[in-house]
Amino acid sequence: MIKRSHFSSKGLAYLLITPQVLVTLAFFYWPAVQGLVQSLMLSDPFGLKSQFVWFENFQRIFTDPLYLKSIGITLFFSLATAFISLAVGLFLGSMANRALRAKALLRTLLIWPYAVAPAISGILWLFLLHPSYGVVAYFLSEVIGIDWNPVLNGNDALFLVIIASAWKQISYNFVFFMAGLQAIPHSLVEAAAIDGAGPLRRFWVITFPLLSPTIFFLTVMNIIYAFFETFGVIHTVTQGGPGGATNTLVYKVYQDGFIGLNLGASAAQSLVLMVLIITITVLQFRYVEKKVQYTM
Amino acid sequence: MKIRGAATLFSLMAAIVLFAGQAMAEPITIEWWHAMRGARGETLDKMVKAFNDSQQQYKVVAVNKGDYGEVVNAGVAAYRAKKHPHILQAFEVGTMTMMRSGAIYPVYKLMADEGYKIDWSGYLQAVLSYYVDEKDNLLSMPFNSSTAVMYYNVDLFKKAGLEMPSKTTPLTWDQMDEITKKLVAAGAKKGMVTTWQSWIQIENYSAIHDIPFATKANGYEGLDTEMAINNPKVIKHLERLKSWMADNRFSYEGREYQGANSTFVAGDAAILMESVSGIGNVQKNAKFAWDIAPLPVEADMKQPQNSIIGGASLWVMLGHPKEEYKGVAAFLNFLAQPDMQKLWHKETGYFPITLKAYEELKQEGFFDKIPYQEVGIKQLNRTKPTKNSRGIRLGYFVQIRNILDEEMELIWNGKKTPAQAIADATARSNEKLREFEKTNK
Repeated sequence: MIKRSHFSSKGLAYLLITPQVLVTLAFFYWPAVQGLVQSLMLSDPFGLKSQFVWFENFQRIFTDPLYLKSIGITLFFSLATAFISLAVGLFLGSMANRALRAKALLRTLLIWPYAVAPAISGILWLFLLHPSYGVVAYFLSEVIGIDWNPVLNGNDALFLVIIASAWKQISYNFVFFMAGLQAIPHSLVEAAAIDGAGPLRRFWVITFPLLSPTIFFLTVMNIIYAFFETFGVIHTVTQGGPGGATNTLVYKVYQDGFIGLNLGASAAQSLVLMVLIITITVLQFRYVEKKVQYTM
Repeated sequence: MKIRGAATLFSLMAAIVLFAGQAMAEPITIEWWHAMRGARGETLDKMVKAFNDSQQQYKVVAVNKGDYGEVVNAGVAAYRAKKHPHILQAFEVGTMTMMRSGAIYPVYKLMADEGYKIDWSGYLQAVLSYYVDEKDNLLSMPFNSSTAVMYYNVDLFKKAGLEMPSKTTPLTWDQMDEITKKLVAAGAKKGMVTTWQSWIQIENYSAIHDIPFATKANGYEGLDTEMAINNPKVIKHLERLKSWMADNRFSYEGREYQGANSTFVAGDAAILMESVSGIGNVQKNAKFAWDIAPLPVEADMKQPQNSIIGGASLWVMLGHPKEEYKGVAAFLNFLAQPDMQKLWHKETGYFPITLKAYEELKQEGFFDKIPYQEVGIKQLNRTKPTKNSRGIRLGYFVQIRNILDEEMELIWNGKKTPAQAIADATARSNEKLREFEKTNK
């Protein structure tokens, strides 16, 4: 039986939730409504001339073949970024969990990259992999002889921004995986070991299912990260190029709205982006969450 | 008691501050938001300090608000909140947005209202013409203006047994064909690289050859302008560059300037097309002899036009009290004085905006000492600007440049032919132009 506390009068309850409601209204709903209104208007950046145009902005973006292509790029980019950062985060987490010495130091060092802003992460990787001045790029082309050129080759560029975006998120995932792993009872793993299960089998049969709530949570968070927070990486590394190969939806919003000052188009795009991410998240909760085991 | 003691001290301090304020007739503050960082920012601060020290009435406060895009953004946001500065620096591609905004006080009007009789013919016309309205009235004060020139690696030219190009007569593109061949044959890793591909290889290329970039006099004479780049000359030029990529005579190093600049500075490319404002960087980092020549022209172009400028200008924003605009006018007038312009040119490489400052620099022998600093000015001043060469005035120009970048990249990586890419760029840009036209009707 769950204990419930009762408020004697409803007034107090409403009073207590008022601040939260006000904050949500002011910082979430108000801007969202503004965005919605803006997406139906054509207006100049200074806000002195604007006209209501119904769905013209939406019509324009959906008849633009490049916008549709950009949706595809975004989905691929986000899935790849989330997968890489989850896989590497899980790998490092399980390794660090088994470390015998300097566990705390290892953990601290692995958490550090999270403090790096996406734009800086982009610059760091650019210094490694830019064909003109990148150290690793020099090694790749001069020593190994790989034709590496993200400035010209769309696939190379996409690979570069995925690596730079995923790298930064690994630390975040690592922290959660560490915590998740520590919550798994040793007795289960030991029992499996006594029954003759090898390390890999123990991982897949015991650890992985027990981690599924963490994995599910992180998948949702990573996809949201890849959708929204990576424009800094793309801005510093490729600016959406070459030829639009790394032009993700959120970067287009930034490019059109903040650099191009085309507010109507930008607002319409961000609305589409919002609908898209809500759909993805709902789908995840409906279909993927069923496979998650919350109780041990 | 402790608390009462602190309170007394506090009120005493407040009284002193108030009293001091009344006694010294606070100067009027003029705010200026700009995008100049590093060495340029330091020179700018010197100029502001010189103005503040020259009189007591006004105090200019210069604030760096980030890069060009961020400064315009900050200005827009501040204007909506009615907390905008008096002066906003905006890049050349934002000219249309600013002039159409209804939020600006045209500079010609400000100066006339405040009683300054300025002889605008004493300014560099190719600079001024970028910022005038259809009646030739100046809308914003040119501040940092540059143009594109051709840097070359003297050591690599010598190694290839080539003659050094002239500082006044441009090479022809046919000569470039030969030169880049020889350079690569003599061991240069790359022949030629370019920064700002749209600005240099399309916008400046069109201006120099006196062909329109857009209809309606490059957009100066109406919002119903359309792109005019889909012409045989531009397409042929891009085809040529594409064909040079096969044997490394041309190499694409990325958007903006960083990639191409570092390739040249590392000695990997023999020729770099870049803004004159890049001189500082090359000076500092190049470990070889180098020099500057004008941008190449087609052989049939006997009288090449002036190249066009890049950079930014200062916009005066509406919504401040009358007496503050007096200070703004005084400051703009101060900036245009020869001393300030000479300082600006010497330390940053950006052009002096008045002919007087240019003449004085000549008389001081500045260009005899550093002849390459004059190549850009001469290229800019070699003819009277025509409708095709005075500048480009398009709405959503930032996005149009972005479209051009994208489509040109598709040429360089072989996904589209130049003709196809230019046709697509034209169609996509025209859509942006129509959108801007509709917004600003």
